[in-house]
Amino acid sequence: MGDEVILLDLYPSMYAMRVRIALAEKEIKHESKEQDVVNKSQLLLDMNPVHKKIPVLVHNGQPICESLIIVQYIDEVWTHKSPLLPSDPYHKARARFWADFVDKKVSDPARRIWLKKGEELEIAKKEFIEALKLLEGELGDKTYFGGDKFGFVDVALIPFYSWFETYETCGNFSIEEHCPTLITWGKKCMERESVHKSMPDPKKICEFVLNDLRKKYGVE
Amino acid sequence: MGDEVKLHGTWFSPFVTRVQIVLKLKGVEYEYVEEDLKNKSPLLLKINPIYEKVPVLIHNGNPIVESLIVIEYIDEAFSGPSILPKDPYERSKARFWTKFLDDKGMPPLWKACWSKGEEREKAKEEALESLKILENEIKGKKFFGGNKIGILDVTADFFAYGIPILEELTKIKLLTEDEFPCLLKWVTNYCNDPFVKEYFPVDDPLAKEYFPPKGPLSASYKVGLHQSPPHKHAFYGAAFLESQNRRPKYISDIPE
Repeated sequence: MGDEVILLDLYPSMYAMRVRIALAEKEIKHESKEQDVVNKSQLLLDMNPVHKKIPVLVHNGQPICESLIIVQYIDEVWTHKSPLLPSDPYHKARARFWADFVDKKVSDPARRIWLKKGEELEIAKKEFIEALKLLEGELGDKTYFGGDKFGFVDVALIPFYSWFETYETCGNFSIEEHCPTLITWGKKCMERESVHKSMPDPKKICEFVLNDLRKKYGVE
Repeated sequence: MGDEVKLHGTWFSPFVTRVQIVLKLKGVEYEYVEEDLKNKSPLLLKINPIYEKVPVLIHNGNPIVESLIVIEYIDEAFSGPSILPKDPYERSKARFWTKFLDDKGMPPLWKACWSKGEEREKAKEEALESLKILENEIKGKKFFGGNKIGILDVTADFFAYGIPILEELTKIKLLTEDEFPCLLKWVTNYCNDPFVKEYFPVDDPLAKEYFPPKGPLSASYKVGLHQSPPHKHAFYGAAFLESQNRRPKYISDIPE
């Protein structure tokens, strides 16, 4: 009796990467369907009628939306290997807090770094670095946010690492200069097969943003 | 072996109320600590250094923040009836809808009431879009949770009392019978649920004293704020007046 697992995917999306990584960690066989987010497919509209966004995981015909919700779902259904969330309720709550922090405090400034110019860009960089520094504080001297084990917060944040080159180019700054521990952590995560197989080449993302995405949003 | 449970909150915050509802549903005894957000205590800054907000739940010295995370924690750490569904798919839907409510439901609603001009029109449109989506979700059900109140009903607690108050204050009618018959029905069902009625009554019998305001607005709200416990209606009334720059002189007494 096979599970049918389909991922409505988008190559450069950090949110989709989170799901790809979780699926890879658990070694779940699945089909990835790359989506066109401009001319949205009927499948996408049917599976995510509320937000009409990727990623969407379709498991035996049932859709699950919102990347962190999908990752938790994967963790709860496929329990045979690589637990992503701690079993202890307090540590689980802390992991959820920091993953949520990435969404609340990293996502938006990160986006503004490639979208904005001038004063707005400087503000975005400042907020982005501040948020990363707080995350560095949480990481401390652990290997992963999950401690010895790669976990939920690592999955939530590592996709942004593939966009670091893009942010540095657009913002003309060095992330390593401000957050060296985080760069060490990023490199460590990249050694994992689930991560480096799920994440695009940072140079390709940079090219895509500079040549396609910015034009689409009328930047420059 | 006793659990030590404390909840730091403010009396008017819907994010705090929903945690209190869940603690009650689970049958957890706790100590409540009122925080003054205009004058944040060193303790609050210590237990929630990132956001400096309420609610904060402290369980045996461990702080947990962000209301939806707190609710899941309570569900997992304490025995008692399940707050979230046990089935992973149903659970993922519950998480989806509570996130939707907090991301797309509350903010435009709030903004629609407190802002002016074009900003208000835009917020009103967004609020209506979100309400339409919720109308669709509640269709055919007594509660969002099915036959009994569930996590989404608790999370939407503010909608049950907040929307009618805000409509009265701003004269913006959002929940019309034509467009939202199912949501209006939900409000009635929720308010009349025995558990809600007993422990977290939405109907405020003294609200008739304040709505519609008789005499000067400021006087009605002043009276309401000094009741014990203070009336939520009065709080929203005073906050609304402030937002519209019609400041009664005592506004500095009103908590944020």
